[in-house]
Amino acid sequence: MPDEIHHTGSRTTRLLGAAVVVGLVVLVVLGWFVAPEDDEQQDAVRMIFVHVPSALFTYVAFTVTAIGSVMWLLRRSIWWDTVAAAAAEIGVLFCALTLFTGSVWGRPTWNTYWDWGDVRLVTTLVLLLMMVGYLSVRSLGGAESATATRAAIVGVLAAAIIPIVNRSVEWWENNTLHQKSSLTDGNLEDMTLFTIVLGLVVWGLFFVWSVIHRFRIAWLERELRLTDLDQALRDRRAEGEDT
Amino acid sequence: MTHVGYLLVGWGVTFAVGAAYAVNLLRRGRRLTARVPADRRRWMTADDT
Amino acid sequence: MLGDIRLVAAKDLRIEWRSRVTVSQVLPFALLVLVLFGFALDANRPVLDAATSGLYWITVLFVGLMSVQRSTAIETTDGARRALLLAGIEPAAVFLGKALAVAVQLLFVELVLIGGVIVLFDASVESVPLLLCTCLVATVGISAAGTLLGALVAGVRARETVLPILLLPILAPVLIGATRAFDDALGTVAVDGWAWLGLLAGFGAINIVLGALAYGVLLEET
Repeated sequence: MPDEIHHTGSRTTRLLGAAVVVGLVVLVVLGWFVAPEDDEQQDAVRMIFVHVPSALFTYVAFTVTAIGSVMWLLRRSIWWDTVAAAAAEIGVLFCALTLFTGSVWGRPTWNTYWDWGDVRLVTTLVLLLMMVGYLSVRSLGGAESATATRAAIVGVLAAAIIPIVNRSVEWWENNTLHQKSSLTDGNLEDMTLFTIVLGLVVWGLFFVWSVIHRFRIAWLERELRLTDLDQALRDRRAEGEDT
Repeated sequence: MTHVGYLLVGWGVTFAVGAAYAVNLLRRGRRLTARVPADRRRWMTADDT
Repeated sequence: MLGDIRLVAAKDLRIEWRSRVTVSQVLPFALLVLVLFGFALDANRPVLDAATSGLYWITVLFVGLMSVQRSTAIETTDGARRALLLAGIEPAAVFLGKALAVAVQLLFVELVLIGGVIVLFDASVESVPLLLCTCLVATVGISAAGTLLGALVAGVRARETVLPILLLPILAPVLIGATRAFDDALGTVAVDGWAWLGLLAGFGAINIVLGALAYGVLLEET
């Protein structure tokens, strides 16, 4: 590999990045000026174009982390563990954005920043806390495989418990007779639907771009650790030979 | 347009945070590639620059 | 296997009995939390009544955290974890034994706390079976999840601060379910408490299975 390359980019990522930028411009145009406003929510409905993609890719990221965790536990695949870690970090980002955009959407629409009655919102908050916990475990330090195992178990546990959280919040909300906000009523205008799909595509491209870069960063950090380890071993051996 | 303030904050923060994170990733990447010796700069996707 | 579980549980409980920490420190702490809640809300009787179940289970969660921390600490001192591995006891049995010990201690505190809310919050028990079953099933889940995560962070320096952030979100369904069941048992809300026990049981079952599977891996690798 030539020495001039000093970045984690590649043709693939540059293509992805360009597509994301173009897509975002189109998204802003369509989302702000072309897609129709809602009868009840008026222009506040335009939050949907950033909120829904963020939510979807939060769940995608979380699923990738869960799968990667299982693959580490079953096959001790460091590749999968690295993917799991990368996806988790990006997932936390998307999750925070999901909650934030949901909150900003809720204020003008239902006059509240937070709605304990929204099952998805509450479950997503718990998911955020669990993913933050996952990242905390990863940052605890120690042997690489120990960290991977700890994180993987947290990942699998979180994946197993999240459906239960969802179910319990759902029952809880039904029992307190709270009104649920539904996005998928099926009465979406064509332009709105198209713009949502565009948003999903753009977010998806950004997701892949980020995971690739984050993966490479993690991989390089690992190489650095191994290089330092090799150097330390070499130094130690050299010490032995001198005396 | 109604609720413009909310839209600007919502979309604006989303884009700003996304961009900041992207920049952060690129910076971290550059710093690391500079430190890792040339023969160890491998990652699992094919580099086709 | 059952014998090993009893062995490990008895060991932990004997250690606890000798030090009496649960009775002399954890229990007063739990009652103190109830008192603090009382101070914070008592001027507003209706609020206190409505919140009794929730406050009770929040207190139990904190007590659970403490119990799990101490249960884990027993193993991390003097390389006891290594010794456990070498002793040839099945890791799953160690897990179940330790979880059982935590559950017993937690149940003890919960029963005292029931007395606490009756006296301090003027709670009236409408269904004793529901009350006790809820305590039982919820405790299984709390101690299983807690013992698993306790083992996960064992041997790590930031253990005390990481465990709450890991355990409490996982226990969210227990808080929701047990509170609702107590609402029914205490007659504060018209809700079907027994239905929630199903959810709590499912939660407990998942944690027992995952814990039994993961404990061995954790003992060996971390």
